[in-house]
Amino acid sequence: MIDKKFIGLRLPVFHATAEAEQLRFFAKATGETRAEYVDEAAAHAAGHPGLPLPPTFLFSLELKAPSTAWRDEMGIVPSRILHGEQGFTYHRMAYAGESLKFETRIADIYDKKGGALDFVVRETRVSNPAGEHVADLRSVLVHRNV
Amino acid sequence: MSSAHLDCIKLGDALPALTLAPVNRTTLALFAGASNDHNAIHIDIDYARRAGMPDVFAHGMLSMAWLGRLLTQWVDQRRLRQFSARFTGITHLGHQITCSGKVVELFEVDGERRARIEIQTANQYGETKILGDAVIAL
Repeated sequence: MIDKKFIGLRLPVFHATAEAEQLRFFAKATGETRAEYVDEAAAHAAGHPGLPLPPTFLFSLELKAPSTAWRDEMGIVPSRILHGEQGFTYHRMAYAGESLKFETRIADIYDKKGGALDFVVRETRVSNPAGEHVADLRSVLVHRNV
Repeated sequence: MSSAHLDCIKLGDALPALTLAPVNRTTLALFAGASNDHNAIHIDIDYARRAGMPDVFAHGMLSMAWLGRLLTQWVDQRRLRQFSARFTGITHLGHQITCSGKVVELFEVDGERRARIEIQTANQYGETKILGDAVIAL
């Protein structure tokens, strides 16, 4: 069982940047071929200041968090994790080259099936270099205890 | 996307579906690298077996990225307000995923007209793998 005392825990704040080359790789891996997602000139022509991050890429940037020590501290075993839910609320677009700030807290922890499964809810606020609110992410990890 | 198209959106409208090639190991290896998700359960069969799984399986976020394509091929990404998914089933190797969606609600927030889209992925056997919803500005 994951101790519910970790509810409210704030994880170390970090910055991450999507490089254009990584976004082109992501487009290739997901079958995205539209020019505004892979070509800067086409992105500009579509009114974007740079290559846009596709809708789920903020999750990939969150995976670049420099420390996952919080998982060990909470007793989370990586091979027992399943991704239960993922949500995004968007406030503005994010673009290649922007250093985005990620601020995460453990919003909730609860269990089901008599403690066989723990659910860890993480909420992350993302802001851009101008301090503008880009998005909120909500992730639910399912941890199998047996 | 033209505003005329958005003006015509009504309850029950279906989004043009998106069907992908069957998932294979290359898809998963590329997505692991591209998405920064290096969890070995998706790329290393030995690790997957030790974790009690018969084989590697697809990242939930790969299917969610495909759902993102479903949405942004229908409306400009700048109109996307919310996007969420529940991973209800595992997408295995060989599964051919179709992403679909339909308009289930029209409403207004702070003077902005919006539509809620129910979205899902299912494999070639009709088994649902992801259920979710998205909100777009009209």
